[in-house]
Amino acid sequence: MTEKIDLENLEIKLLLDGVYRVSGYDFRDYALASLKRRIHKCMLDEETATVSGFQERVLHNPESLNHFLLSLSIDITELFRDPDLYRSYREKIIPVLHTYPFFRIWHAGCSTGEEAYSDAIILTEEGLYDRARIYATDFNEIVIEKAKKGIFSQKVMKTYTANYQQAGGKQAFSKYYTAKFDNVQMDPRLNANITWAQHNLVTDKSFNEFQVIFCRNVMIYFNKTLQDRVLRLFYESLSPYGYLILGKKESLKFSPLENKFELIDINERIYKKIL
Amino acid sequence: MGASLGGLEATKTILSTISRSFNLPIALVLHRDENSPTELLINILNKDSPIEVIEAEDKMMIQNSKCYIAPAGYHLLIDEDHFALSTENKVHHSRPSIDVLLESAADAYRSDLIGVIMTGNSVDGAEGLKSVKEKGGLTIVQDPKDAKAELMPKSAILAANPDYTIPLPDIGTLLMKLSEETRN
Repeated sequence: MTEKIDLENLEIKLLLDGVYRVSGYDFRDYALASLKRRIHKCMLDEETATVSGFQERVLHNPESLNHFLLSLSIDITELFRDPDLYRSYREKIIPVLHTYPFFRIWHAGCSTGEEAYSDAIILTEEGLYDRARIYATDFNEIVIEKAKKGIFSQKVMKTYTANYQQAGGKQAFSKYYTAKFDNVQMDPRLNANITWAQHNLVTDKSFNEFQVIFCRNVMIYFNKTLQDRVLRLFYESLSPYGYLILGKKESLKFSPLENKFELIDINERIYKKIL
Repeated sequence: MGASLGGLEATKTILSTISRSFNLPIALVLHRDENSPTELLINILNKDSPIEVIEAEDKMMIQNSKCYIAPAGYHLLIDEDHFALSTENKVHHSRPSIDVLLESAADAYRSDLIGVIMTGNSVDGAEGLKSVKEKGGLTIVQDPKDAKAELMPKSAILAANPDYTIPLPDIGTLLMKLSEETRN
């Protein structure tokens, strides 16, 4: 029994090594437990019984590789998901942004873009959009392309509208999109100051200085080593007194950079760079 | 451990049956609303518990004699010696899901694991408990007759054929006994 489990861990290491060499995407420092679940799910989809069998599929079949990469990039996301976060953003960070003539915001690991669009909507309502340069990045080119288009299913808009209202939104949410058959298209004006780009938190360096960085429910999928490395990347990418926004249950608690930040919202995990 | 409807009281019963010398870590999933504050739950549980009850956090090391609760809206997993969170899709309409916890715990601990399923109106946990058994762990289910909601324990019994199907106070006593045994 023991050998079987250790064998699978070995196979996973080999798989990740292979994926890295073939695609350049480095998942070797992803948190093992959640990664394993995703691999198992992909294995089911590909109908392979062992990780080694799955590896063969992934290395020889570009579609399988893409499917795998996609499974590691898509996560639950909604417009104004965690409405309280956006409320807190409006109350605590927006006033500070008003004091800048111009500012940059980075949505790291933006997936299909809902968070970036939510931000764009808030900035528009606060009259700050023209001063904003938003960068939304993800390692996966496919989700970036999708995010750029700004098309969402009509079915979820009811939930998104409720989220928006709970986050303090007072406008008619429908003014931000137009209906197109079963889908909705976000207002292209929301896209005007957003740069969608491929960026890999694991392998790429800092590319600018930001006043706000959103990285929510992304680093839980990294192991401690990678997490610390990425936090350092964020630290170096933040301007003095810049804000780092993590997921509701993420924290800097176990990180060596903890003392360089001040926790300004314990419920929504908003940190301010102070040192 | 996992539970749904009636789980808070069930957990309280178990925690009040063990003593301060309980030497094992407990990871607990209680189904609840995504936005419900875990703090309230923890305060309630800590009142009657001889061991500390805290919310599990991502990358938090797992220590003996503590009871860790999965945060609302996140799956709780075991990653070797620490906890890991995930925001993946709900499993059996639940996040946190008991299946997710038990499956990753079974993977991490194999036979050094005790899986407990209690009252609930969901089938979440049945597959997870089966994993625990398959990987050599000990499996305990609350007797459905003793449970506020039978679906969860009944499903677990069907799927996993547990080693023990007993009422709550007996679960507490058994866990104490097992804890004593691990000291030796």
